[in-house]
Amino acid sequence: MPNRVTIDEKLCKGCGVCVAACPKQVLFLNREKFNAKGYNPSCMGKIDDCTACCVCGLVCPDCAIKVEKE
Amino acid sequence: MAQRLLMKGNEAVAEAAIRAGCRHFYGYPITPQTEVAAYMSKRMPKVGGLFLQAESEIGAINMVMGSAAAGKRTMTSSSSPGISLKTEGISFLAGSDLPAVILNIQRAGPGLGGIQPSQADYNQAVKAAGHGDFKMLVFTPATVQEMCDCVFTVFDLTDKYRMPGMLLCDGLLGQMMEPVVFPEPVEGLPAKPWAVNGHRNARPGNLVNSLYLHPEALEARVRERFEMYKTIEETETQAECFMTEDAEIVVVAYGACARIARSAVTAAREAGIKAGLFRPITVWPYPKRELTGAAKTAKAVLTVEMSMGQMVEDVRAALEYKKPVEFFGRTGGVVPTPAGVLGEITRMAKGEWL
Amino acid sequence: MKVVYDKPGFLRGLPFTYCSGCTHGVIHKLVAESITELGLEGRVIGVAPVGCAVMCQSFFACDMIQAAHGRAPAVATGLIRAVPDGVVFTYQGDGDLAAIGTAETIHAAGRGENIVIIFVNNAIYGMTGGQMAPTTLTGQVTQTSPYGRQTDTAGYPIKVCEMLATMEGVSYAERVSVHRAPEIRKAKKAIKKAFEYQSSGRGFSIVEVLSTCPTNWGLTPVEALDWLADNLIPHFPLGVYKDKFAGEAK
Repeated sequence: MPNRVTIDEKLCKGCGVCVAACPKQVLFLNREKFNAKGYNPSCMGKIDDCTACCVCGLVCPDCAIKVEKE
Repeated sequence: MAQRLLMKGNEAVAEAAIRAGCRHFYGYPITPQTEVAAYMSKRMPKVGGLFLQAESEIGAINMVMGSAAAGKRTMTSSSSPGISLKTEGISFLAGSDLPAVILNIQRAGPGLGGIQPSQADYNQAVKAAGHGDFKMLVFTPATVQEMCDCVFTVFDLTDKYRMPGMLLCDGLLGQMMEPVVFPEPVEGLPAKPWAVNGHRNARPGNLVNSLYLHPEALEARVRERFEMYKTIEETETQAECFMTEDAEIVVVAYGACARIARSAVTAAREAGIKAGLFRPITVWPYPKRELTGAAKTAKAVLTVEMSMGQMVEDVRAALEYKKPVEFFGRTGGVVPTPAGVLGEITRMAKGEWL
Repeated sequence: MKVVYDKPGFLRGLPFTYCSGCTHGVIHKLVAESITELGLEGRVIGVAPVGCAVMCQSFFACDMIQAAHGRAPAVATGLIRAVPDGVVFTYQGDGDLAAIGTAETIHAAGRGENIVIIFVNNAIYGMTGGQMAPTTLTGQVTQTSPYGRQTDTAGYPIKVCEMLATMEGVSYAERVSVHRAPEIRKAKKAIKKAFEYQSSGRGFSIVEVLSTCPTNWGLTPVEALDWLADNLIPHFPLGVYKDKFAGEAK
């Protein structure tokens, strides 16, 4: 099982900070999806590139990100 | 027999607070109440308590809020201008349902005013001790002994109702020396499970707060307090009557003014005038019932204050404007004399006021 | 699979009320992690300010009290004096601490009160819609400095850490930032150290945290992080301004 980033879409405000911070550009804002507040939540894209470095979780201002490592 | 001590009002009230269980006092120098702070700075360390001199009266009242929120009996004292600085804090105490005692040794105002005694903060204390709909217990003792007794009562009632309470005195009472017998020190204080003192992983976190962003929630909370205030108005009023049973002229006065009015009433009686004195000891809750009783036989009422007339409005309202209520007062720090009050009583007795 | 990063339980799991990208949330997390890692939850009493962060009174799973604008250090004084073994901290913005609360801050520092102050400096009043604050930069445009902050009428930005570091009562004063991951890690160390000092009775600590306000700076969250780096840090240099116990064993 590869490393996994889980984004709590209820909490994500689509600020894009994790997307910009991820050293491997794994995350992206899903323009097709909206959460209850109308934000495009962040989503995991290139799953295999995630190194579970936790930068996304660290910079997330809404504690919406959980990172799991193999 | 408990010891009788000759003490200055400011110091006696400080000692009484300590005996009433106060161990956190936050002060700031201002004439004519500075001795309260000075006394506390000497005594508190001896009883394992805290005297802390704040950077301002604003700092002091907010430190009171902290210690009160932590569940302690806590007090601050000041004089008129300093009390004005504390009014935001007093509103926060009321809005956060916190018990605390505030002592106001009034001096003449407005502005820097003067340092002589005054009663011109009555409206501030009783009507608007801060912004928003709330009440504050306000006691008006007239002797050094009564100042001490009232401290015990105010601490008990502020804890009981979780609200701020004030001792509204004046420079005369603060500076005079009189014999006093202190009640026994309080043993054991009421538990305060609502306090914020660390949940110690034994209970959920407590919150002390006055912010309600939803109007309905805030209104509901304010209405609950006003139900409580109604109970207090029905059950906690205190007043003293002196020769009012058959009085045709009833003088209404509190604090130092009541002592002066008492002499005038005695002199009037000697001159054959049926005068009497009604002395509120609580001005919130105002003793409306007791005043109505005291003024039963009165043809006219005379209110005497060290101001341009503030309590007089409450006297008129309490009597529902059914009796003529005259006013006699000095302000600016001028203290009325018994002769001055007697002159008014005599004039009224001759019916010249019609 | 092992969870290597997650939301601290100390934050009650509530959604934050802050604007998208506002780094208040990051600072809340660092405070929560520090308290949890030091096992202090049961002793903590937090003082919430007036400003955006007043909402933190609902986010931390400890005893909290909401103070009048600027008065948090005085309320904290009353708390720590009443609960000497308490872990008392205030969480304040720059309007709260460096404008109306200046006297309370300076005198709590002067007395060396055993408290932690988390001072969030985003160079603007957030809650009320972006007015000039004491930390607003010279020339910075805000709702109340529409032509840029003018020194003749609005003076100069107040450097709180530098000011308080001159006071004997201060044990620890450091300015950190939360605009990049490495800086967030350093900010966490500083905040944790402040709580360590406080919980072992070592006096007054203040951690000034440079933070963003995308909404009122008129920038996207990511642009705001860059603006902080390029503009705030030069005027508010990061670093330790005082540390009485530097190098001592814990």
